[in-house]
Amino acid sequence: MLKTTPFHPRTAPLVRAQTWRRWAGYQMASAYDPHPDREYAAIRNAAAILDASPLHKYLVAGQDASRLLDRMITRDMTKCSVGQVYYTPWCDAAGKVIDDGTVSRLDDSTYRLTSADSSLRWLQMNAVGMDVRIEDVSERVGALALQGPLSRAILSQASSADFTKLKYFRVIETTIRGIPVQISRTGYTGDLGYEIWVEAPQAVALWDALIEAGTPYGITPAGVWALDIARIEAGLIMMDVDYHSAHRALIEAQKSSPYEINLGWAVSTKKGPFNGRRALAAERTRGAAWGFVGLDVEWESFERLFRAHHLPPHLSNVAWRTSVPVYRAGERVGYATSGCWSPQLKKSLALAHLMAPHDKPGTAVEIEVTVEHQRYRADAHVRQLPFFDPERKKA
Amino acid sequence: MSARRYDAIVVGGGHNGLVAAGYLARAGRKTLVLERRPLVGGAAVTEEIFPGFKFSVFSYVVSLLRPEIIRDLDLPKHGLQILPLESTITPLENGDYLGSWADPDENRRELCRHSTRDADAMVLFGRLMHHMAMAVKPILGMVPPDPASLAPSDLRGLLKLGGHFRSLGAERFHALHKLMTMSSADYLDEWFEFGPLKATKSASGIIGTFLGPRSPGSAYVLLHHYMGELDGAFRAWGFQKGGTGAISGAIAGAACAFGAEIRTDAAVERVLVRNGKATGVALASGEEIQAGVVISGLDPRLTFTRLVEPGSLPPELVEGIRRYKFRGSSGKVNLALSGLPDFTCLPGLGPHLRGAVSISPSIEYLERAYDDAKYGEFSRNPYMDIVIPSMIDPGMAPPGKHVMSIFVQYAPYQLNGGWTDAKREAFGDAVVDTLARYAPNIKSLILHRQVLTPADIERITGLSEGNIFQGELALQQLFFLRPVPAWAKYRTPIRGYWQCGAGTHPGGGIMGASGRLAALEILRDSR
Repeated sequence: MLKTTPFHPRTAPLVRAQTWRRWAGYQMASAYDPHPDREYAAIRNAAAILDASPLHKYLVAGQDASRLLDRMITRDMTKCSVGQVYYTPWCDAAGKVIDDGTVSRLDDSTYRLTSADSSLRWLQMNAVGMDVRIEDVSERVGALALQGPLSRAILSQASSADFTKLKYFRVIETTIRGIPVQISRTGYTGDLGYEIWVEAPQAVALWDALIEAGTPYGITPAGVWALDIARIEAGLIMMDVDYHSAHRALIEAQKSSPYEINLGWAVSTKKGPFNGRRALAAERTRGAAWGFVGLDVEWESFERLFRAHHLPPHLSNVAWRTSVPVYRAGERVGYATSGCWSPQLKKSLALAHLMAPHDKPGTAVEIEVTVEHQRYRADAHVRQLPFFDPERKKA
Repeated sequence: MSARRYDAIVVGGGHNGLVAAGYLARAGRKTLVLERRPLVGGAAVTEEIFPGFKFSVFSYVVSLLRPEIIRDLDLPKHGLQILPLESTITPLENGDYLGSWADPDENRRELCRHSTRDADAMVLFGRLMHHMAMAVKPILGMVPPDPASLAPSDLRGLLKLGGHFRSLGAERFHALHKLMTMSSADYLDEWFEFGPLKATKSASGIIGTFLGPRSPGSAYVLLHHYMGELDGAFRAWGFQKGGTGAISGAIAGAACAFGAEIRTDAAVERVLVRNGKATGVALASGEEIQAGVVISGLDPRLTFTRLVEPGSLPPELVEGIRRYKFRGSSGKVNLALSGLPDFTCLPGLGPHLRGAVSISPSIEYLERAYDDAKYGEFSRNPYMDIVIPSMIDPGMAPPGKHVMSIFVQYAPYQLNGGWTDAKREAFGDAVVDTLARYAPNIKSLILHRQVLTPADIERITGLSEGNIFQGELALQQLFFLRPVPAWAKYRTPIRGYWQCGAGTHPGGGIMGASGRLAALEILRDSR
């Protein structure tokens, strides 16, 4: 019923507890072990290999490819050099975010766009009258993320390319054990890491080559549960969890502008016309109504809620993805959309939408916590994102 | 330099000393840590004994590191990174094994393979131990009240404790009493029937003590394991990235960030005392450094009879320290390996190599190992707790190569005829031979072997008689009796001279609680 990715023949036998989930219509491992502790640890300690194939992928090529993308995304496409990768949102005319993803400039006039949601129609609508070829390569191209402090060492074993020269958010074309691939220094973990793009028929061979090269370095297949913790630590948003696409929102209140989901930095104030430009300029002037921030739940107050029930604090080893109200001085000032216990930082973290001006770093707020079927509030502080930002990510 | 004056000097840069320094510096005290060795950490050090291979030379896992210390000193920022160590297997003499896995269903299925009755019992045993650990755990964070004292603070502490025990209810209180008095073998006999299960569980009760699983009093230490589980949500149990030295490094980093200074290669010869008050320390180099407070992180013997003149202390105290039991009973073998061991019971590569391997096939086996030690010999067939750190943190060894850490018991400090180089090697051979019975390829993999006897542990770290806990964790040496009655609150008869090592409550393991409680007492006193 669900589709399988090109890596499925290798990943499926590893899913020991049959913990599968859906991702964009694909069958995807939540975890390979029954629980994600070891897979998460690999991301921060050694290297994790993650199947990212369900991403939607488009090749955009031709004389007007840059013009099309520039019209669509909020960043300035004219500044993107060959071999560079942008992470960017794109908006509707009202300046509300439709999706977020990456744009890689593969050569002078060829780009690859990735997105969480299917984007073919939106690309075509924006391309009217342009000399551009748009190809949906979602099924044709498999994607693997290799993330963690030893990911570079593993790639250096498997490929002759010089990975010390591949800078953060750059992409190269090379081979891994003879298999043609594109490797971008990107990822969804906030750590040193790479994403490897391969033609689907070669996917299994690529997996095998990486496992072989990576085994002495502790390479560990990891699923979405582990990734989810890492991306929360890295303060990276997820569509349908932390925000809703303007194309899917049923009411206005469900939509967000880039400024409201911590992507204001990705909105160019200087570039030419693009979708949502006027609305975003106005919002910039008046100030965003909402901020998207980190919350750091204060341990003592959290522990106290459990102690009152004679229980030790319970923390799931899987991130939560439910909306939870946030208060300040008794007033509701927003809501948290996902959170987790951070094994790395030894803190209970959450990502939250807070109304201005309650989104200032350091603001003391309260977050709802349910203990023994009863709702309480634990103390928390507003933090700037990301929570975790190791030097090696960009070094 | 010698003209400088500090608010506090910590003697010994072990993890407790560093924790104490961290808390004192955090409170704004000008603090200096003096460490005899070229590196801090005491028994929590990582050293490259063989080129390219890093070893947690002595202490090798983190279990009870107090969460409040992790938070107060923000240790993750300074390098704390604890990686999961998920399983334990016990290879059996018949070629089978007993596994303990992280997933409850897998674990239960494995137990059922040996005894469904034990699998059922485990649920209720776990719940009982949970409740007892809940009752006992607050003690870890508490300055021990003296039950013989009528001082308000002592009475308050006792009342609090009494409340905890009362809340247990009769059944659990009785179980707690049994746990405090029985041998671990007898206690586990009440619950389980499968021998290797009892043996592997009882092993945690004998570590670092000169007791066997049939010795009364050994059951209590079983609780420690469950106290660790109460912090389970915090996930502070496992293997520190970079070895235990990296924990010491993180604590030292935090202390320095708060303004503490650390000097290595700075052996303290004695504590300077004038008019019954500590005024500073004299280094082996002759240098003298002044301070308002001197805190010893060394063990009680060194604290009370080496750093200060025992003649200046009350004779009862000196006698108590003389009788305080060290009796180091464990050794360590660290191996650099060219590849992975192949266990007969679970051949090839598998998840078991990422966890612990316990050589504890039966209670009889452990008790016999103890019998050897009782009569002054090292165990011919020792209890061993084995981990392969490079399987968890690949950075511990070159790619494809491995390090193996083997904790061994028993190796008595008082060996018949004393420890010699030949005896050390014979001990190392006994360990490797024992392991080779379960993993026959081990001998062909060894690139380098480091064998540490209690005498070596004493020589290198300074720990008296090589006891890894700064004195046995036996009931008569715990809580308000640690290290001796009336001096269990980190103070000494010399004003301004304090103790903060694992020889004080609550004791050993990389817990840091002694260092924290001592520092908090010092700060409270000076308010």
